Amino acid sequence: MPLSNTIQQEKNRVIALSNVYKAFDENEVLRGANLDVLPGENVVVLGRSGTGKSVLIKIISGMLLADSGHVEVLGQDVSRLSQRELQALRLRIGFSFQSSALYDSMTVQENLLFPLVRNKRHLSRKEKNTAVETVLDAVGLLQTLKQYPSELSGGQRKRVGIARTLILQPELMLYDEPTAGLDPITSTEINALIREVQSRFKTTSIIITHDLACAKSTGDRVAILLDGLFHKEGTFAEVFADKDPRIQSFYDYNFTQ
Amino acid sequence: MAGAEFPKDKYILSRRLDGFFASLYRMAGFIGRFFKEVFRPPFEFSEIIRQCYEVGYKSLSLICMTAFITGLVFTKQSRPSLSEFGATSWLPSLVAIAILKALAPLVTALICAGKVGSNIGAELGSMKVTEQIEAMEVSATNPFKFLVVSRILATTIMIPILAFFFGGIGLFGSYVDVHLHENTSFALFFEAAFQKIQFADFYVSIVKAIVFGFTIGTVGCIQGYKATKGTMGVGRAANSSVVISMFLIFIEEVLIVTVANAIRAI
Repeated sequence: MPLSNTIQQEKNRVIALSNVYKAFDENEVLRGANLDVLPGENVVVLGRSGTGKSVLIKIISGMLLADSGHVEVLGQDVSRLSQRELQALRLRIGFSFQSSALYDSMTVQENLLFPLVRNKRHLSRKEKNTAVETVLDAVGLLQTLKQYPSELSGGQRKRVGIARTLILQPELMLYDEPTAGLDPITSTEINALIREVQSRFKTTSIIITHDLACAKSTGDRVAILLDGLFHKEGTFAEVFADKDPRIQSFYDYNFTQ
Repeated sequence: MAGAEFPKDKYILSRRLDGFFASLYRMAGFIGRFFKEVFRPPFEFSEIIRQCYEVGYKSLSLICMTAFITGLVFTKQSRPSLSEFGATSWLPSLVAIAILKALAPLVTALICAGKVGSNIGAELGSMKVTEQIEAMEVSATNPFKFLVVSRILATTIMIPILAFFFGGIGLFGSYVDVHLHENTSFALFFEAAFQKIQFADFYVSIVKAIVFGFTIGTVGCIQGYKATKGTMGVGRAANSSVVISMFLIFIEEVLIVTVANAIRAI
């Protein structure tokens, strides 16, 4: 690749992680992780449970601070941001939680209005309601507007969770185990939704998962996290062409079973 | 790494004492953060009003019922002792002193520690373990301001108001019993009741109720905010909110009364 292209790519990086370390007491979760994410791409981070995948996206969103290393998100060094700057950055990031994390005392409509009311004060009530209906329609759940999270299925809760993150029109989406606990058909629908969000809302995404079907259908690029380090990166086919038994065992477990 | 530098098995005093001082330190930090956030905009007025409704209006019937029964029963039980000395005319004053100076803030706070404190602990604990607090944080909302500041303000504002209701209804309960026995008029009862009450007594009761309200809100929020380990953690947060609040309320009661008496003696 020509040098000028490489320099241009480095400038455009949405996320640049360099030598990131994170430990909890004696448990070293990340041991010098490096990852670059370019605009518009979906990067899937694959790894076994407890390998630090969720910690990684919490560091990217500024919910956790890395012990050392450089974390640059949307052109800003996360570790050096003030609380106010961090809040401004978070408006540009959407975080879809594994548990959906919907506010269970609020209806779907109130859940979606919550970030809007606090962060888009200039919008009129009508504009806010229109925004809620637009994103809810985008995830195919307009009919659930007045329902409470407890009245929704697991897949519907995931969709509403994604809608809530989309309402602030983020540039970067972070999905934490989007298909965990869902049946295969609902998982396929969520995977399709992730792709649709990428094309319709022009987002860049990191998808944390250990589900290879999700990785294959949503990822432009796959990065394998093993022992706190990114062991292999590339397209799905490139990564799983690697004969490393740790990567192969992952593939065998997901597809052979 | 931090874990390697500070091995878990090395304590400054002992495991329990270190834990106790660490939790005191965290509590001080939490209270400090409350005072920092409470004056900083944006203010969550609608959430504060909603919490005032939850804490105040939804506890009002329980407080009124307890107050009425307390006043009535206290009067019934005091009558035989006073009548031995032919001093039943002192009943209104005695009940007024007991209710307005001691029972109104204390019993209101104890009821609210059970009803409101456990509710706050369980609600925030549940939000914590289901990542709802983190979800607020990543959607650029300050969860401390929205959840904690609003609840602590609500308990601090509403518990004095509930204590005021307790005092009024408690005296009314006493009046009902006195009226049934001695056919005393409403005006005469309240004139006698307030004979021995000074304005300073109200101040002390109001201060007590404010301090108790702040304590209930703060303890509930701290316990909920630090909840871990799923549903077990939620149950523990609710339980410890009540136990710690009640313990602190009794200590504060003794301290405030001691200080108030010392000030009066000067």
